[in-house]
Amino acid sequence: MSHASESVAIAQSVDAAPSRWEKFKESHYWHSFKKDRVAQISFTVFVLFVLAALFSPLLAPTDPYDLASIDIMDSEIPPSWSEEGEDRFWLGTDAQGRDLWSTILYGTRLSLIIGVCAVLLQAFIGIVLGLTAGYAGGRVDSFIMRCADIQLSFSTMMVAIIFLAVFQAAFGSELYQRLALIMLIMVIGIAEWPQYARTIRASVLAEKKKEYVDAARVMGFGSGRIMFRHILPNTLSPILVISTVQVANAIITEASLSFLGLGMPVSQPSLGSLIASGFEFIFSGSWWITVIPGIALITLVLVMNLLGDWLRDVLNPKLYKG
Amino acid sequence: MLAFFIRRFMQAIIVMFVISVVGFAIQDNLGDPLREMVGQVVTEAEREVLRDEMGLNDPFFVQYTRFIGNALQGDLGTSYFFKKPTLDVIFAKLPATLELVLGATLIVVLVSVPVGVYAAIRPQSWFSKCAMAFSTVGISIPVFLTGIGLIYVFSVELGWMPSYGRGETEQVWGSWRTGLTTADGLLHLILPSITLSSLMLPLFIRLIRAEMSEVLQSEYVKFALAKGLNPMRIYFLHALKNTMLPVITVGGVQIGTMLAYTILTETVFQWPGMGFLFLEAVNRVDTPLIVSYVIVVGAIFVITNTLVDLIYGLVNPTVKLAGKSA
Repeated sequence: MSHASESVAIAQSVDAAPSRWEKFKESHYWHSFKKDRVAQISFTVFVLFVLAALFSPLLAPTDPYDLASIDIMDSEIPPSWSEEGEDRFWLGTDAQGRDLWSTILYGTRLSLIIGVCAVLLQAFIGIVLGLTAGYAGGRVDSFIMRCADIQLSFSTMMVAIIFLAVFQAAFGSELYQRLALIMLIMVIGIAEWPQYARTIRASVLAEKKKEYVDAARVMGFGSGRIMFRHILPNTLSPILVISTVQVANAIITEASLSFLGLGMPVSQPSLGSLIASGFEFIFSGSWWITVIPGIALITLVLVMNLLGDWLRDVLNPKLYKG
Repeated sequence: MLAFFIRRFMQAIIVMFVISVVGFAIQDNLGDPLREMVGQVVTEAEREVLRDEMGLNDPFFVQYTRFIGNALQGDLGTSYFFKKPTLDVIFAKLPATLELVLGATLIVVLVSVPVGVYAAIRPQSWFSKCAMAFSTVGISIPVFLTGIGLIYVFSVELGWMPSYGRGETEQVWGSWRTGLTTADGLLHLILPSITLSSLMLPLFIRLIRAEMSEVLQSEYVKFALAKGLNPMRIYFLHALKNTMLPVITVGGVQIGTMLAYTILTETVFQWPGMGFLFLEAVNRVDTPLIVSYVIVVGAIFVITNTLVDLIYGLVNPTVKLAGKSA
């Protein structure tokens, strides 16, 4: 009797297979998210940033790249709530007369694009090399990881500054400004791959000993298939955790490089170059050109770091501590 | 032990070799030394003769060997702009950068150790919670924004602190000028040092707190407490010693990072150090100076990393020094 009812119950549960969304609502990720106020707020703010970046052409009242719409007579107008402010520009204007609100929207978009693309490149190189190192072992492993150690011992910022500086000197600033977006993505992407490679390698070493890998090997699958189709999916949670923090770091690096004049040009500013262009005017009292994009940048990076902390607590992967 | 030293030393040499190749490749591809010397007026035939005389038409390998030979004798070329040997130019600026790094290191050590230890001893107190919140926010603020914020508050609004330069400096030895001996120089050092230290403080507070909480769980600390020893003595003498191992490794790596961020700090505060010099050299396409900077900074990185590894090996008896695969 009990046996029969059990099989009925199983049959029912198979009939009404829970959708992915329902499964997610039952999972402990959702429960921990519902309890954690900080995570909720950071997630909301982050989504707002992403939406603002995606829809910046629609949200921005003016197009900051369109030289025709800029009037130099409008330069350095303070935000609308201060005494000399004008209602046309609610966050004021920068030194070239661009509406600061529109410029920040476009700048956030650029900063996020560079951050995400650079991290995708990092992840790609790091995953391929880390998987290879962990799976192959032996000489290949020690060679790749020695390279990673050496590259990590030079700070990303130093490598990026030197490479971009040399490229700028070689290309001349005009050509360089056109290539800046790609150069930034390439340099930040290549400089940070060891972070991924180390994390992946540590997980691969743990996964490699498990039986399903032996089973796959006995069935005659090739190394490539085992590495990418079997082991890789099981190492995704540490990748997810470091990715949030890496995007935040990439955005900071990009902003710092742009501040030094090695990143995005003033005609097409990211948040960093916007801050740099306002820095000259801070002494004459035009604080808003620097301070408002600065706050935007800090908020964006802070919520990403907080989300990263939360993810690490929830997924609790065995991160490689080197 | 000896094997460990030798292996570490070999690695350092290989890395220096790679850096020298990169430096040489930059020199080879960036700008034309001939044009810098003779300008545009010389005819093509005369140029070709000069090129041959200067050895610019030699094969890559021959040129590289000559470059290395000169470099080993301390000759990395002459700066186009300063008309002086590049190493002299760089070493004249080195003290400014070193003072900045020294100031920042002092702040990091003096603040992060007590705060980290306190946060580990009393994790629930409001001060510890503030310190941890500060470190999360601190990680998210780029160094140059910290600098700009400090300038805005303390120089522009309050007018307490100078916003740029090194202030008054004194000649100490040779071309070594220091700002540490004058009150004005010290005043100028405060804001840049705080800016540079803001990069490391959050990291070290977190690290020391984490390591310290782990050590506090160990038997010997519990025993010492039970024995009735003075808690301060236990925390700062017995426990702190054992938290210092990871701090040394991370600290060593961070010296290099700090060197990179001096470029940012020096730009914000117009601090006349090596980083500022480098950016100027880039804007002037002063190739020999760029190459020398890359090599000098590369050497500093390699030397500090090697030293840190060796010290770590000496301090930590559990490192397998003679191990075949460390």
